[in-house]
Amino acid sequence: MKRILLVMMLGLFSTGLIAQGYEVGDVATDFRLLNVDGNYVSLSDYEDAKGIVLIFSCNHCPYVVAYEDRMIELHNRYAPKGFPVVAVNPNDSIVVPADSYTKMIERAAEKNFPFAYLLDADQAVFPVYGATRTPHIFLLEKVEDEFIVAYIGAIDDNFRDASAVEEPYLANAIDALLAGRRPDPVFTRAIGCTIKVQQ
Amino acid sequence: MRQLILLLTISLLIAVMSSAAPANAENADRHIEMLDFDSFAPRLSQEDDSIYVINFWATWCAPCVREIPAFEQLHANYSDKKVKVLLVSLDFPNHLESRVIPFLEQHQVQSEVILLDDPNSNRWIPLVSEQWSGAIPATVIYSNSFRGFYEREFKYEELEEIIESVL
Repeated sequence: MKRILLVMMLGLFSTGLIAQGYEVGDVATDFRLLNVDGNYVSLSDYEDAKGIVLIFSCNHCPYVVAYEDRMIELHNRYAPKGFPVVAVNPNDSIVVPADSYTKMIERAAEKNFPFAYLLDADQAVFPVYGATRTPHIFLLEKVEDEFIVAYIGAIDDNFRDASAVEEPYLANAIDALLAGRRPDPVFTRAIGCTIKVQQ
Repeated sequence: MRQLILLLTISLLIAVMSSAAPANAENADRHIEMLDFDSFAPRLSQEDDSIYVINFWATWCAPCVREIPAFEQLHANYSDKKVKVLLVSLDFPNHLESRVIPFLEQHQVQSEVILLDDPNSNRWIPLVSEQWSGAIPATVIYSNSFRGFYEREFKYEELEEIIESVL
């Protein structure tokens, strides 16, 4: 019986039904990734933070570009309240040369990013989180010494026009955490660019 | 003098119109409808004896562009077997004239193309498929007896295998 279960489990894994990455409530794994300033950054470096706005991002994706100014605003608004933005580029730069470390440094300088912009050089972090696209947000809440996934999804409900946003999902989720409430919704979807890996 | 200007204007207009005419004729059969999700939704659940292949793509999406020839080949090889390919562009609407139509002309795309213009994707992504995270390319293949959703890039043989199994 155990063996049958094992075979069934393996089958599920291989078809990808289980290996879907994090859900809300899961403990987020820490990482150590190179920032555009040349230093390595880990979640645990943010000792005084109440959480982290982790954004899988990149240079080339038009949906990311549409959100860059909003990412800066979110950081400027919420980092002082304990929720800094940390952007992670998960793309393979051989597949997408525009997403190389050098180009990341250029983009960060052009836009004067006030937040860390890290390279997932081994492409080992994004699969653990279950990121599938850029931009893809994982809002992490610090509970004691662990980072717990509190919200997964989109920044808001209108990528094209910040002034036409009706539901700022991410800001609402951070506000909820700051007020000691649970975010609602905890999961949203958005069109984005697939994360690029070598085939 | 006035008459001369009028004459010049008219002849200029005629020249412009006649030079533009062939391009207009080409664009006439390359009409791209822009739809919001509710107007597009009926295309996801047509109940007849066809197999519908609906691919979500954009000109800025490299893997999408790479797989367009596979969908074109499917359209060419199976249109007499009631397989209907629909390419749903998620390009920004202000890029329709500047990017989408030039792309379609350059690649001589024969499949039907529409542009889905609906920024509230959190609402409509799960209506396309509960399995869809929102990454593109993504493809829905359905018939009266089959429904598949694929958040991935296709090669022609892989599409053909699915179609052959549904036919």
